[in-house]
Amino acid sequence: MNTVLPALKRKLETLGESWYRFSRNPVSIVGLTFVLLVSFLAAFADYVAPYPQHAGRFVDFNNASQPPSWRHLFGTDLVGRDVLSRVFFAFRYSLWMAVVVLILVVPPGVVVGLVAGYSKGSWIDLILMRVTDIFLAVPPLILALAIVSVLEPTPLNSMLAISLMWWPWYARLVYSMVSSLRNESFVRAAEVIGASRPHILFRELLPNCLPAIFTKMSLDVAWVILLGAALSFVGLGAQPPTPDLGSMVSDGARYLPDLWWIMVFPALAIMVTVLGFNLLGDGLRDLFSLEEL
Amino acid sequence: MKEAPLLDVRDLTKLFKSPRGVVRAVDGVSFRLEESETVGLVGESGSGKSTVGYMIMGIVPPTSGTIRFKGAEIPADVSRRPRQLKKNIQIVFQDPQASLNPRRSIRRTLELPLSIHMAQRGRQRRQAVNELLRIVQLSPEYAYKSPTTLSGGEKARVAIARALASQPEVVVLDEPTAALDVSIQAKIINMLVDLQREMELSYVFISHDMSLMRNVASRIAIMYLGRLCELAPTRQFFETPLHQYTKMLLSSIPVISREEEELRPAKVSSEGEIPSPVNVPSGCRFRTRCQMATEICQQEDPLHIEVEPGHHVWCHLLSTGEKKQGKELR
Amino acid sequence: MTEPEPQLRIENLEISFKVYRGVLKVVDGVNLEVQPGQRVGLVGESGCGKTTCGRCIVRQVKPTSGRILFSSTRLGRTIDLHAAPEKERSMAGREAQMIFQNPGAALNPVFTIGDQMRAAIRYGSRENVAGRGILAKAKAAIKEVQIADVDRILRSYPFQLSGGMRQRVCIAMALATEPSFLIADEPTTALDVTVQDQILKLLRSLVERRDTGIIYITHNLGVVREIAELVYVMYAGTIVEAGPPSMLFDEPVHPYTCGLMESVPRLTGVGFSKGIAGSIPNYLVPPPGCRFAPRCDRAIDICREKKPEIREIDNGRRVACFVTGGNP
Repeated sequence: MNTVLPALKRKLETLGESWYRFSRNPVSIVGLTFVLLVSFLAAFADYVAPYPQHAGRFVDFNNASQPPSWRHLFGTDLVGRDVLSRVFFAFRYSLWMAVVVLILVVPPGVVVGLVAGYSKGSWIDLILMRVTDIFLAVPPLILALAIVSVLEPTPLNSMLAISLMWWPWYARLVYSMVSSLRNESFVRAAEVIGASRPHILFRELLPNCLPAIFTKMSLDVAWVILLGAALSFVGLGAQPPTPDLGSMVSDGARYLPDLWWIMVFPALAIMVTVLGFNLLGDGLRDLFSLEEL
Repeated sequence: MKEAPLLDVRDLTKLFKSPRGVVRAVDGVSFRLEESETVGLVGESGSGKSTVGYMIMGIVPPTSGTIRFKGAEIPADVSRRPRQLKKNIQIVFQDPQASLNPRRSIRRTLELPLSIHMAQRGRQRRQAVNELLRIVQLSPEYAYKSPTTLSGGEKARVAIARALASQPEVVVLDEPTAALDVSIQAKIINMLVDLQREMELSYVFISHDMSLMRNVASRIAIMYLGRLCELAPTRQFFETPLHQYTKMLLSSIPVISREEEELRPAKVSSEGEIPSPVNVPSGCRFRTRCQMATEICQQEDPLHIEVEPGHHVWCHLLSTGEKKQGKELR
Repeated sequence: MTEPEPQLRIENLEISFKVYRGVLKVVDGVNLEVQPGQRVGLVGESGCGKTTCGRCIVRQVKPTSGRILFSSTRLGRTIDLHAAPEKERSMAGREAQMIFQNPGAALNPVFTIGDQMRAAIRYGSRENVAGRGILAKAKAAIKEVQIADVDRILRSYPFQLSGGMRQRVCIAMALATEPSFLIADEPTTALDVTVQDQILKLLRSLVERRDTGIIYITHNLGVVREIAELVYVMYAGTIVEAGPPSMLFDEPVHPYTCGLMESVPRLTGVGFSKGIAGSIPNYLVPPPGCRFAPRCDRAIDICREKKPEIREIDNGRRVACFVTGGNP
């Protein structure tokens, strides 16, 4: 019992210090606010959106192409759907895609980087990193386009496509960190004591890489959303009637400048999301740093 | 029949390939460590003393030479050593800041050797951690701290506790107090000496601090550019140093009292600098700074002479028992 | 007899830093003087504030209270280093030079030694020097630090030189502009013992010859004994004892100084003490009286209540202690 309390106390202290480091930069708070807002809207779109049914099959030509008003804060699109509600649901789709991609991408990438970096110089390192290089060599968008045009243009497939050329970046990141960390005294100490390889990889090295990984993940959310939006923009990705920020932008682009609200609001939504995650990523870096306060 | 020494290092050599040539970091170093003794390995930068320590631990594989533990040869690479061996030979690294994982609590760091080498589990293991902390005079609450919140002296203590966790027989101490203030160093070194007595440990103490070695080691070996110059019991080493480099080093140390000044050998002034390890001088490596160097010093490797039982020197000047007052040759 | 004006004078210096948990009162009332041409040592363990004082002298850190006075020969009067107008400060600044702990970091890796020396001389000299004069000065400075192959060194980059050579070059750079005052911050800590010995002797002879004042900051007692004429011992932000090395080392007075001397391993083999009990105080909540009182085995009640002032106890020796220092 008396071992739980000091450990808890220490954890709380650390959290307090981390928050202080994070919140010192007001921009990080802005990022966090945006991310929380977007996440909230994505999660509770069903309850918060004024016209949740507009996210699905719905048409109301009497109300189509209405400019922003009190009834429709972001106006309505060409078939009469409320843009605001659709934006909320589109957040859900974008975040969902980002989460799925990261889940698919981060574990394999990190493991490859750990193993290759620790056995740097050996044939394992050589093979793993050359494979990584191959995947890196292909331009992401083109690969994604190629894959999605061969397979069905479903959301899942575009996530798969993005995942396939995203994982090498994590491998690279972790590889470069581990290559230099493995020479540190604390790793040598673990080896000398007789720690097993999995212990060294996951208990000694990985925790030192996590800050960089988390920061990158946060920034990557922004990139994945943009990439997904780009795919939708060219017609691959979410199919109608699923609301997706990219397709909303592409559909609305044609009607500028008259029906500007159909494109501008989704574009702003993309901007807020991407900006939020970028700023949050910077803040995370501060949060994880080990500097003395 | 004499029992085999605890640790027997023979002809240990390490060559590194660098873009500028071959670096002869360690070249034919041999010495023995008996039970419950402290051998001091002294030298300046480039002497190779730390590399010798790493080779004993198996972190750096030797290019040639053998290491014997209790008479039996042990594998050069730490990953090939049986667990029992890893339990018995441990190291305290030079920079306690770097040798503790900043992302792991003290408790986890100390639990690692316990989980590998000792049998306790669960609550007993937690108690073992507390016991380790007690041995190095830290209170139990340190278990939950992270290394970043500890002072230099506290980190050094944790590093020592970790090395002792597996109850080893040999501990290599690589400048364990070099980064510490003198008053904290005094505490830590005294603690190490007490622990040696209580736990019957043998130390290979690597340091550049001669005054410290004078008070801690039972025998001292001095290295220069990868080679041994002199090896003797401590008293003889300081009272009758024979090698010119030993004398030079002893006269360069800043001391704080007149008695110590008087103890120093007649001034062998320090001249020149340590040559680059890539371009070691031929023959005796110290000849470029030695005031007594002669032709043979350039041509041949210095001979090993046991001037008195236990007092070894590697120098041509003493080979025939008379000093050759030849031409100075650089 | 009027006392000569000290070249550097630190008066009641206090430096505090604001951090997450509060205010760190690092330097707590330091008084120190360097007479013209005098070699003064400031010795203390890590965390005592000596480096912070050094940084305050070169204006990297601002004093929270107190001042640092510098007697400028160029201006013909004494100025407050932190309060004087910019023009006066930069003029006076050229009379002082600094030698750092890590010569590798003090030298710019992408320029040759020659380039850096010439830049130092051109911008740092007290009088205007030009063209060939600069090169001549650079060569002379390199020769003075006992480097034989002057031209080769001037053409070299820092990475081509050893640690000892780099430090000699740094000293040459510092002295080339003919300063009247030097601040040395642990210049030999990173060097091997044999090289350290050479550098110390070199520095001492150069400083004596040119009558340059020097404040030498270090944690190494042996080194300060070799180079200083007057030693200040610092603990937890205050000066606890000051005096000539012969007195200080043979017969220390302040309990901290005594404890320190006893902790040093002796070449004679008599061993050394178990250090000093306790640890340095928490600067966030420093002890109200003497900062060493919690660790002192001779502390009496007044030690925990009031701060002792530094007082002269015999010829040239000053101590800040109620028990040993003759404080009423």
